[in-house]
Amino acid sequence: MVPVLLIVIPLVSGLLGFLIKQEKNAKVWSLLTSIITMVVSILGIAVLHKPEYLQADVAWLPDLGSRFSLTMDGMSKMLCLLTGLAYPGIFIATWNSTYKNGYQFYALMLLMQTGLMGVFVASDALLFYFFWELALIPAYFLCSIWGGERRVAVTFKFFIYTFVGSLLMLVAIIWVYFHTPDHSFAMSSFYKVNLPGSTQGWLFWLFFLAFAIKIPLFPFHTWQPDTYEQSPTAVTMVLSGIMVKMGVFGILRWLAPVVPVGLWGYGDPAASMCVIGMIYGSIVAMQQDDLKRFVAYSSIAHMGLMGLAIFVTSSIGIQGVMIQMFAHGINIIGLWIVVELIERQFHTRKMSELGGLAQKAPSLAIMLVVVSLANVALPLTNAFIGEFMMFNGVFGSKASNYHYIFMVVGGLSIILSAVYTLNMLQKVLFGNTSPLTANALDLKINEKFVLAVLLIGIVVMGVYPKPMIEATRHAVDAIYSKMFVKLP
Amino acid sequence: MNAIVISAVLGVVMMFCGVFTNSKPAVRTVAIIGLLALVIVNVLDMGGYHFFNVNVKGMLSFDIFGLLFNTIAFGSTWIYFLLSGRDMERVGVNLAEYFALIFFVLCGIAIVSSFTSLLMLFLGIEIISIPLYILTGSDKRNLKSNEAALKYFLMGSFSTGIMLMGITLLYGVKGSFNIDVIRMGTTNLTPMLAAGLLLLLFSMSFKVSAAPFHFWTPDAYDGSPTVFTSFMATIVKVAGFIAFIRLFEGCFGDVQKQWQLLVAIIAAATLFIGNITAVFQQSVKRMLSYSSIAQAGFMLFALVAMNDMAKDGMIFYAAAYSLATIGIFAILLKMKDYTFEGFNGLAKRQPVLAATNTIFLLSLAGIPATAGFWAKFYMLSAAINNGNVMWLVIIGVLCAAISAYYYFRVIQAMYFKEGEAEPQEVETTSGFKGLLIAIAAVVVILGIFPHWLLDQLHNLFYL
Repeated sequence: MVPVLLIVIPLVSGLLGFLIKQEKNAKVWSLLTSIITMVVSILGIAVLHKPEYLQADVAWLPDLGSRFSLTMDGMSKMLCLLTGLAYPGIFIATWNSTYKNGYQFYALMLLMQTGLMGVFVASDALLFYFFWELALIPAYFLCSIWGGERRVAVTFKFFIYTFVGSLLMLVAIIWVYFHTPDHSFAMSSFYKVNLPGSTQGWLFWLFFLAFAIKIPLFPFHTWQPDTYEQSPTAVTMVLSGIMVKMGVFGILRWLAPVVPVGLWGYGDPAASMCVIGMIYGSIVAMQQDDLKRFVAYSSIAHMGLMGLAIFVTSSIGIQGVMIQMFAHGINIIGLWIVVELIERQFHTRKMSELGGLAQKAPSLAIMLVVVSLANVALPLTNAFIGEFMMFNGVFGSKASNYHYIFMVVGGLSIILSAVYTLNMLQKVLFGNTSPLTANALDLKINEKFVLAVLLIGIVVMGVYPKPMIEATRHAVDAIYSKMFVKLP
Repeated sequence: MNAIVISAVLGVVMMFCGVFTNSKPAVRTVAIIGLLALVIVNVLDMGGYHFFNVNVKGMLSFDIFGLLFNTIAFGSTWIYFLLSGRDMERVGVNLAEYFALIFFVLCGIAIVSSFTSLLMLFLGIEIISIPLYILTGSDKRNLKSNEAALKYFLMGSFSTGIMLMGITLLYGVKGSFNIDVIRMGTTNLTPMLAAGLLLLLFSMSFKVSAAPFHFWTPDAYDGSPTVFTSFMATIVKVAGFIAFIRLFEGCFGDVQKQWQLLVAIIAAATLFIGNITAVFQQSVKRMLSYSSIAQAGFMLFALVAMNDMAKDGMIFYAAAYSLATIGIFAILLKMKDYTFEGFNGLAKRQPVLAATNTIFLLSLAGIPATAGFWAKFYMLSAAINNGNVMWLVIIGVLCAAISAYYYFRVIQAMYFKEGEAEPQEVETTSGFKGLLIAIAAVVVILGIFPHWLLDQLHNLFYL
């Protein structure tokens, strides 16, 4: 019931949204429906624990053995919650932005939410693929219509990149399908498949490419900074906060349990790519002057760590990834909100043209500091828990031969992230005011509200992460046992 | 049998229709009603109502596969008449003849979808080809149209000659034109059989414009009047594939291992050449010609794999590809400027046209929730299930990604680029728009429930 609602509400409201021509009404409509979605997602994780509420199963393509089946386990619940919470937050935070033909913008945003929710709850491989692609189409139109100057070319690159990845994944899915005992796309059948090691090897790379492009892992990240920079900020928030989690989620749900031997065999090369990405992202982030590109590269570094924690195959690391998927989503959306506020007020994103904001806009400064420190994973913030567990997992990994090296090199990126983040704070908040920031205004009430909620979330999760860990523990155990059971 | 007789009769009726009336709407209406009747008699044939009991001496066999394909081909043609019938009037004065020629082509299609004798295959292919030579050159005063017709005719008759040669060799070995006889006892390819197979393979590849026998395609498609390009690139091309599959499954199904690699190489070359060349086109019409070559590469997967999934997939591919391409061509016909720039800003001027065109293009690109996705899905599945040609599958998906590039260029032009300050008005009627919306809806419904269409047909007759 709950997963169906999570898909149907945004879908219907998005389609209806195309009929509301007035921008103001469209805004209100999409905010209201996204709040309903949020409430449903909260109910799903907190109140309705009976399995029948969390499942749905309808015949879809009987000839192919594919069913419209949805399930919510701990991991889905958490990511649905993230999606559910993020949307109203994004709508409120960008309430003052205006778009040409705004109603289409909001309708497409809601349709994208449909795709995202679908990816997180689908328990049928074909259905998963369906939603995986459906999330991309609205994103393509959103970025191409309302983006920055170079939007068309940049978005197109993003689209082609992910399309190649998804098609390769489709090949892998079909291959596995033909080797399931009962010729079915169901997740449970996929988990039962036991393929020889060499087959798992190349299947691993087909799946891996799709997810690595989405996350994005080095060296498949080249679409990411451009797309984040050129997209309208509300879309960037969804892309970086939620859509990239599709990649991590995909690895945990469809790659690791289906081809565990492949992951064992090629975990080290994949992990090396993640580590290189962490260092590379951090170093490039240090050089950036543009705030959006800065956040984009820092995100590459952080996502690399999540990949690393999965590919070294450790239980606590995967637990950390679960926490961090949520935490990173919250934090990066927070960062984008602040960037958007700065850009809207000063019409620039260049750090060199900003400065002295701490004097003029103290609450903006506080928000930026806290969100940035969460991004660095300072203790007491939510990201600390996740990163600590992930590094713990890397350190104790039994599967990887090089986990000490990964640990040391990956650890460097933590230091680097402190360097670039503090450097950014210094340039934006402190020092003398520039001509642009001399008359800076502080936050409006709606912006304050969203950011305050975010800050409370960041700190509460950082101090008391237990509910989050409890909620995902079963999912982690299930995935981890699948990764080990099928060892040859 | 119903379809063959009725379509031939309708062809004659249309020819005389031009004698008795000069009213273009009347001619068009007769054609549309006649074609609808053709669809209905064919569907009745599937349900077991045979109107004509002709002794075909085992040269034709009307199985469900062929009849189903006929239904799709006739149905697509019917939609094509409704969408583009008016545009045929602009080609020249002989409107009734154009319709007559198209009915003769449909008669040929009904023959090639049900042949069991190679003679019938030859007849069917010729009945399809000769009217097409005329249609290609129907824009008499246009030099390009003449050139295209001549080129098509020369190349086409050359390949028909090759086909005859192949048939002769097979006859020489087996002493029969019947595909079952030829198949019987063929466990190893003797040199003469192999030569016959190769000649048939080359000539059929020519008919479906598979590389490296595709060179006539862009010129013939580009030169002929756009309204007929639409017909040639969709229904006729797919009919060629049905004949191809029938022939190779029927005659050489048992020795598939020995020619599979060759066909796989042809498929890969077709995909590669079609897609790469389409990327560099400046005219949407020419892009669509190359895209039809690229799509042919995907349809060849059915021949490479040759299993049940491939045959189902072929039928589905026929429907998905024809619907989408006919739709795009119908919109293209309304444009004055066939370049990509001609589509600039169409979304503002004609939101319905732009939106439906987008759905058709997404379908051709194979995006989920459109019929085109399932078409590609079936082809990929069939090839993966076969298991020997994983390299072809990988080439296929990479080429599918390339194809997204040029299909999306049209979408980009329509939605993200500004049009001219004073664009030429696009004349459309609300009926035309409504029809486009209906086709787009079918594409989407087939994209979500691919079995919907087949289930409807099944329910009609078997429950």
